[in-house]
Amino acid sequence: MDLRAKLALLADAAKYDASCASSGTEKRDSRAGGLGSTEGMGICHAYAPDGRCVSLLKVLLTNSCIFDCAYCINRKSSDVRRARFTVEELVRLTLAFYRRNYIEGLFLSSGIIRSSDYTMEQLIRVARTLREEHGFLGYIHLKTIPDAAPELLAEAGRWADRLSINIELPQVRSLKELAPEKDLAGIHGAMGNLSGHIAEAKEARRTPTRAAPPRFAPAGQSTQMIVGADDSDDRHILGTSDALYKKFGLKRVYYSGFSPIPDASAKLPPAPPPLLREHRLYQADWLLRFYGFETQEILAGGEGGMLDLELDPKLAWALKHRALFPLDLNRASREALLRIPGLGARNVDRILAARRYSSVRLADLARLRVPLKKVSPFILAPDHRPARGQLDSAGLRRQLLAPSAFAQAAKPRQLALDV
Amino acid sequence: MYSVTLESPADFAGWREAARGLLGAGIPPEAVSWHSPAEPAGLFAGPPPPDVPAQSAIPPVPRDFLEMAERAARHSDPERFALLYGLLWDARRAPGLLRTPTEPRMARLEAMARAVKRDAHKMHAFLRFREIDTPEGPRSVAWFEPEHHIVEAEAGFFQRRFAALRWSILTPRRCAHWDGAEIRFAEGARRADAPADDAAEDLWRTYFASIFNPARLKPDAMRAEMPKKYWKNLPEARIIPALMQGASGRVRAMLGQEPASQPQPPGPRRRRKD
Repeated sequence: MDLRAKLALLADAAKYDASCASSGTEKRDSRAGGLGSTEGMGICHAYAPDGRCVSLLKVLLTNSCIFDCAYCINRKSSDVRRARFTVEELVRLTLAFYRRNYIEGLFLSSGIIRSSDYTMEQLIRVARTLREEHGFLGYIHLKTIPDAAPELLAEAGRWADRLSINIELPQVRSLKELAPEKDLAGIHGAMGNLSGHIAEAKEARRTPTRAAPPRFAPAGQSTQMIVGADDSDDRHILGTSDALYKKFGLKRVYYSGFSPIPDASAKLPPAPPPLLREHRLYQADWLLRFYGFETQEILAGGEGGMLDLELDPKLAWALKHRALFPLDLNRASREALLRIPGLGARNVDRILAARRYSSVRLADLARLRVPLKKVSPFILAPDHRPARGQLDSAGLRRQLLAPSAFAQAAKPRQLALDV
Repeated sequence: MYSVTLESPADFAGWREAARGLLGAGIPPEAVSWHSPAEPAGLFAGPPPPDVPAQSAIPPVPRDFLEMAERAARHSDPERFALLYGLLWDARRAPGLLRTPTEPRMARLEAMARAVKRDAHKMHAFLRFREIDTPEGPRSVAWFEPEHHIVEAEAGFFQRRFAALRWSILTPRRCAHWDGAEIRFAEGARRADAPADDAAEDLWRTYFASIFNPARLKPDAMRAEMPKKYWKNLPEARIIPALMQGASGRVRAMLGQEPASQPQPPGPRRRRKD
């Protein structure tokens, strides 16, 4: 098979991994030699018609696999064509794309061949060759094989900016059912191992010593959960994310709406979940990490363990906690302002800055491009108070639904706002 | 009316020096017009402002403002320098002005700085090198069309990233050339001055086509981040229409000839945080 055919096959097989982040790693550049740079901010070099960013060359080393996970296009029992890159081919391709400014670097994953250790060694060889033989300073994300030997995980962290292990499904029962060869305890064990190394390397960077600190995945670790391949509700999903963030300090949990694959297993649901569900989960995830919300609070905005598909989760929460509003724009604390629907963290900080000199009015919010229709029922300002009874009216939900451009916005923001 | 002509369209240091002198001499914003070689003063140019003592009193300027101002000075808006000087002038009497993001002119300045930042980010993202052979060895040449005066400011990004290559970035406004020692800037160029093709582009298009998931067609989301004005210089963009047309057929095939049962929601008009 020629290189082009391999690339087509092994990129196609890799696209179900949602992550394309290239941000948050250490700063490097090539002025003292080598090729490439990372400056903290991720760069999306292109966007595909699915709205997703193309930041990294995201491919599998091989799509052959000894596992038989029902949701995966590469599972053993699928009859897709199989291919495998050589280390040399992948290195050449990465460098050729990078030199032309097509990509930020490489996201390399693989089907499991022979054994977990053997597969992990192959992935490491690609990263090591790029770094050591070609002085490559761009971004490298390596998918980590959970039951690979600890010393292999340690070496992966030396070459990679980010490591990830997919949790795959929110419940252990579903994992048993759909991915029988995978083992949740093993996944957790490996995540714990990585988080230990990451914390250690971070600590070492902070402590000035004469010896160079051991480098280990400076952009941290992430994971991915498939949404809609099993019967887990949003409570299961967010609960799992929350636990992973707290326990392993993950940088990100990616939610990947289960997507139809060729030659699908009969164990899978016949139709994919609405893309909007994935989008709402990303929004809820942001509230968890940056807005001081607890999982239970976010879920209280929906019904029966599912988020409200029609409204963003903060608005859904606010509509069920109307007694807390309206809030005075010029008096409310930062924490309280962050709970106002339509106000993002940046604008909250702008409001806090502006109100030190003069009081902030509704007209000022318009200049900050805040969606007035959405915020106005929930705030008080010198030039504004909500119409009498508006906040308690049964029609408020419908009023806020009306434009629905938001409800239609199924695009997750994982890329541009990745941290 | 005094005329100040800066050395280049994004000459922020020159603007600062001139503004300092004007403030010291007590010359109000309405008595100054700002120019650069790209925006000449023309027939009715006034005299340059008088020289003033160097130690004239300048109001303290917050560092955040200075950063934002430097970025906004690269904007293509011909009023950028006048807007900046007007703010500085009024800040003498209203010390909080430069820290009030909701003030109309401050909001405008911020929008300009944001536009420049986005332009720079898109340049880092969408500029594509093509490799050519020259008598001195291979050279990477790119053609890019920035909206604002950002070539000087952003050339450093490419130097840090591609210090080992020899490269040229050609744009209609300015060009930047790197030969391993220092960046040389030159007059603007034409698209025809850049190479028309590169052997790696076929592979790149293969990748772009394969990483795209036809089951999740969201062209609005794509266009919000990669507006059509960039497409003519992106080698991969030419296959976008074909990918979109083929998408529903590919999905039907995956679902075993069944028509797609789930109507796809249209993408968002603008992505923003709640």
